[in-house]
Amino acid sequence: MLTIKNLEASIEGKQILKGLNLEIKPGEVHAIMGPNGSGKSTLASVLAGREDYEVTGGSVTFNDQDLLEMPAEERAREGLFLAFQYPVEIPGVSNMNFLKAAVGEIRKHKGLEPLSAKDFLKLVKEKSALVELDGQLANRAVNEGFSGGEKKRNEIFQMAMLEPSLAILDETDSGLDIDALRIVSEGVNALRSPERSFVVITHYQRLLDYIVPDFVHVLYKGKIVKSGTKELALELEERGYDWIKEETAQAGA
Amino acid sequence: MEATVTITAKDKFLALVEQHEKLPHVVGARKVLSQLDMPNTRMEDWRYTRTGKIGTEDWKMATSKTNPDISSFLIPGLEAKHLVIVDGQYREDLSELKNLVGISIETTTLVNDEQHQYQHFFEALGAALITTRIQVDIAPHVEIKDKLHIIHVTTEHQVLSQPYITIDAGKSSKAHFVESFVSIGEHHAFTNRTLRIQVAENASFTLDKIQSETDAHYLMNEDRIHVAGDGRFTINTLTIDGGWVRNNLHISFGGQNAEANLHGIYLPRKKQHIDNHTLVDHRVPHCNSNELYKGLLNDHATGVFNGKVYVQPNAQKTNAFQSNANILLSDDAQMNTKPELEIYADDVKCSHGTTTGQLDEDALFYLKARGLGEESARRLLTSAFINDVLDKVENDNIRNYVVSQLITRELLIA
Ligand SMILES: Nc1ncnc2c1ncn2[C@@H]1O[C@H](COP(=O)(O)OP(=O)(O)O)[C@@H](O)[C@H]1O
Ligand SMILES: [Mg+2]
Repeated sequence: MLTIKNLEASIEGKQILKGLNLEIKPGEVHAIMGPNGSGKSTLASVLAGREDYEVTGGSVTFNDQDLLEMPAEERAREGLFLAFQYPVEIPGVSNMNFLKAAVGEIRKHKGLEPLSAKDFLKLVKEKSALVELDGQLANRAVNEGFSGGEKKRNEIFQMAMLEPSLAILDETDSGLDIDALRIVSEGVNALRSPERSFVVITHYQRLLDYIVPDFVHVLYKGKIVKSGTKELALELEERGYDWIKEETAQAGA
Repeated sequence: MEATVTITAKDKFLALVEQHEKLPHVVGARKVLSQLDMPNTRMEDWRYTRTGKIGTEDWKMATSKTNPDISSFLIPGLEAKHLVIVDGQYREDLSELKNLVGISIETTTLVNDEQHQYQHFFEALGAALITTRIQVDIAPHVEIKDKLHIIHVTTEHQVLSQPYITIDAGKSSKAHFVESFVSIGEHHAFTNRTLRIQVAENASFTLDKIQSETDAHYLMNEDRIHVAGDGRFTINTLTIDGGWVRNNLHISFGGQNAEANLHGIYLPRKKQHIDNHTLVDHRVPHCNSNELYKGLLNDHATGVFNGKVYVQPNAQKTNAFQSNANILLSDDAQMNTKPELEIYADDVKCSHGTTTGQLDEDALFYLKARGLGEESARRLLTSAFINDVLDKVENDNIRNYVVSQLITRELLIA
């Protein structure tokens, strides 16, 4: 589904991703962990098509297409979804109008008829219930005045509405209390399917108790320096990142 | 040696006044006209607004009587009477004013304004050579059912239109007027319209001004509003199109508990230039003013906002709010914004804020990351930006009319 080869990317002349490799097959859940500043959000942004980042090397194919050639909206329409680490507040734009436009674009791209107003509302009801998002929030401006937890749930709600084939969740768990974490995880798990893959970026093992990954990778200094299964997450939880840093330093030496 | 005689822009205007000396005028305005210089960028109030091009044209009074089809300038669904001014001339034949209960309209009333201090050349010019005189009286204690829609149309090349409109809103009356400025074709025109409104005690007066002329137009509005105690005045200045627009809006309060609401949007593009100069003069205690102007500037457009608020020493318990926000949609667009608050009373609540920025790139990316194309993402954000001003237009028909014009201009989403 997604193949990343030797990906290098920089921002403002500063190289952040330094030859990153990753292969994701349909239905798989990959967790990416790593210390702050190692490039996790950069990877997410580059995959989603943020133009501030310059890709200086490597390739990314998504469903046999060159992902890096597509503008951001095209990637979204092709089924890529990014749940933002910091969802943006957009005053004056109602969540509903925004979602209607987004769902409309994605359905059009898939060659589907636009949803009737009634069916759209039904879908909103169903999917917002999935993350226990207050129906009122759907009528407010996008993320404006939302609590941290509400913003994250709104991301998952949007994901449920847009039904992507590959979802990248960037620290969706950060800032969530244990109840919100459970709600968000259950929302994600409800969307798991043999066709849909996930990249779960997180700092904490605890999310992976709820969303059990098939693979765990450690991203450090712009590279994946270690890969394993869910046991690796447990080990990181126990031992921290210092041993990884040392291993990397030795390998580099 | 041969003496060279240069005919200046001012000379041309003075000659025009001389040539049409029989037209209605304010004597004092004619007297000061020759002493005033054409506005130029060395004058504080004209620093960012050039008038030089106005002087290069050979303006004249309307020479023929054209019969434009005004049906396309009416606001669909609006219950309104309309007063039509073509090329600066009142056109009874094109107007529809029958059964206008509570309002009387005169076109021959003399202008009684000899005490007025003219601030600049165009203001004096507007009173020195009046092409159409309209006096509107709104009866006291009446709520006017129909809106009165004043339509200014220009059709002729290089026509100078100088209507002089005075409105007296009687005690405890309530009325809602619309004023629109339109043009047919790409001819050049200069409309220099004077408006005086007296809002009497406890009266309520609303004016929705819709400016949508073409690129070769110069539009100067000189508005002076006086609001008496317990009176309420609301103006929405919606500048949708036009090559050069200068709105001078001067509001003063004459009694306590009066209120003024000034809202505006301007959306210049190409090489258009739009300037809003507002002045709210709090001379008495316990009055409120709320000002909100927003601009979206594209291409090489330039914009000016200057908002003066005076709170005089005895104007205690004044509430005066002002906000001006701008988005530059292109790197070549420019905005000059300046709030000027002068507060001489101590027990007041005043605030102001101005911002000028680009469309929020983070928001743009967020929308695109959800599948919205560049254009629709931009339009969603620009719509959101001006929607709070559009919401101030209370009448649905008028708001929908403005929105439909903005959709045509591809600034709003349908
Ligand atoms: N806009 C930016 N300009 C300059 N440096 C940036 C920018 N965004 C991120 N960085 C730098 O890139 C590195 C990786 O950041 P990020 O991808 O956010 O890490 P992570 O998500 O793993 O915490 C950090 O050193 C950060 O300071
Ligand atoms: Mg991050």
